[in-house]
Amino acid sequence: MKPENRWWVILFAIGAVLLIARWFVLPGGFGRAYVRAVPQAVDAEHPDGQWVVYEQATMADYLEAERTNPDQSVYAPSPSRTLGTWIAAFLTLFVLSFVIRDNPLYKIAESIFIGVSAAYWMVTGFWDTIVPNLLGKLAPGLLRNWAVPGLGDDQHPELAYLIPLILGIMLLWRLSPVGGWISRWPMAFIIGTFCGLRLMSFLHADFLTQIRNTIVSLYVVDDGGGFDAWQSLKNLILVVGVLCCLVYFFFSLEHKGVVGNTARVGIWFLMITFGAAFGYTVMGRIALLAIRIEFLMDDWLWLIDPTNKRLLADAAGFFLPLFGMG
Amino acid sequence: MKRTAPLLIASIAGFVMIVAYFIPKTQTWGEDVSVWFDILAAIAFILGGGNLLRVQLKKISDRRPGWGYALITLIAFVVMLACGLLKIGSHPNEQYPAFAWSGTYNQTGTPFWWMYEYLIVPLQSTIFAMLAFYVASAAFRAFRAKNVEAILLLGTAFVILLGRTAAGVFLTDFIPSDVLIENPTFLQHLVSTLRLENLTVFLMDIFNTAGNRAIMIGIALGTASVSLKILLGVDRSYLGSGED
Repeated sequence: MKPENRWWVILFAIGAVLLIARWFVLPGGFGRAYVRAVPQAVDAEHPDGQWVVYEQATMADYLEAERTNPDQSVYAPSPSRTLGTWIAAFLTLFVLSFVIRDNPLYKIAESIFIGVSAAYWMVTGFWDTIVPNLLGKLAPGLLRNWAVPGLGDDQHPELAYLIPLILGIMLLWRLSPVGGWISRWPMAFIIGTFCGLRLMSFLHADFLTQIRNTIVSLYVVDDGGGFDAWQSLKNLILVVGVLCCLVYFFFSLEHKGVVGNTARVGIWFLMITFGAAFGYTVMGRIALLAIRIEFLMDDWLWLIDPTNKRLLADAAGFFLPLFGMG
Repeated sequence: MKRTAPLLIASIAGFVMIVAYFIPKTQTWGEDVSVWFDILAAIAFILGGGNLLRVQLKKISDRRPGWGYALITLIAFVVMLACGLLKIGSHPNEQYPAFAWSGTYNQTGTPFWWMYEYLIVPLQSTIFAMLAFYVASAAFRAFRAKNVEAILLLGTAFVILLGRTAAGVFLTDFIPSDVLIENPTFLQHLVSTLRLENLTVFLMDIFNTAGNRAIMIGIALGTASVSLKILLGVDRSYLGSGED
């Protein structure tokens, strides 16, 4: 066995031992999900509903319902969601294993992610955009009898929507080995529309609004009619900062003398901006990591219970006394 | 024809969007073109899916290295696609129980929902979370406080990170705050700003806003000029090399 493979085997063995230990040492089991059955489309003919939707429930809900009525069938353990929790936990660990080095488990997780993500966006695009905006305009009658029964009777076919249909087919021509130029037409439409949209929205929302918001009073008067030195200083720093940064971005003048010094102050402002962006990025990622760790510890291993999802029979009741908190 | 027609299409579509902004009567044109754009963007997702399918199938049929992973991608893609497009397990809309297809594709409890909840969500958030390690590692290797600019960048990141935590509040808790003071003086404001949580807000509201505003003004001008170049046909790089 290669030395690197030996390390992976040892790592998996440790993981398996910890899971087995978790199962035997701490009471209450772990990694189970529960659901609540909610009848839907209830009417006089169907008092118990025509079908049932299963909503997420907690172990505490289930145990409470069982204690109140042992024959109840509203709350129940969910095999599919339990399996989902375990798969999600292992996929989380697979991805985190990349921190050590690239490995087949990470690649499996990555492959699954690529496949399901591509399919997810295709399905979303089809049902949320193509069906209502294209099929709904071209064949409203068909849609009314099929997927959107609530579509108004006053909706008639709009032949202008044949244009995006034809452009769409031309776009899909890209998959064909010949006639690649055909897909340029819809691409040109996408690029042209995007340019038109962005040109106006950026000029309106970013350019003009940012300038307007920067034109602030440098002599601020407070409610009592006196000079508000603190707010005035803040406004002054803001205006000077924006101007200095703009000077730094202005390359038609050589950055020497007064222009150079102003640009240098602009760089300082930009460095503070980048530092803040960096700090926020790190914080955001760490928050995401904390959520994943919480998922592993709470939803999967049941080692913590911050939202009281379970009763005292679970592991939290075992751990808290160790820290003098039970 | 192969190159002129796309140029005209891009220009007309773009200028319709611009004109619709200024002339109220043409506003519906702009709205229609915007919907067409959404439709084509959705069809582009189908194109992306089709391309993924083609590449993965080629990899599997050629038995190229890593074809097993391509097979996993393919299976994940096909299963998720089938569950979503066919609305497998989806119940009808409660208002129209006679219409089997009237329910939403992402209903809770459907296989499509299950795959989103237990595959996409954990994978996506863990992949993003992993960046925490790499950003920290890269920062440790690259950041050296060797000049004023680097010190400002490092110092701000440090203050922002610390100021948003309980530890930051605790560390500068001894500095008097101006929150409870009625009409605080300039000095009281200044001293209170030295508290880490206030310093974070001050940096974000003033310095960060100033830098971001300049960046956004620059981006807006850049976007406007590139858009105009494309719409006027000066920049034709999106048409490709013209070999086909």
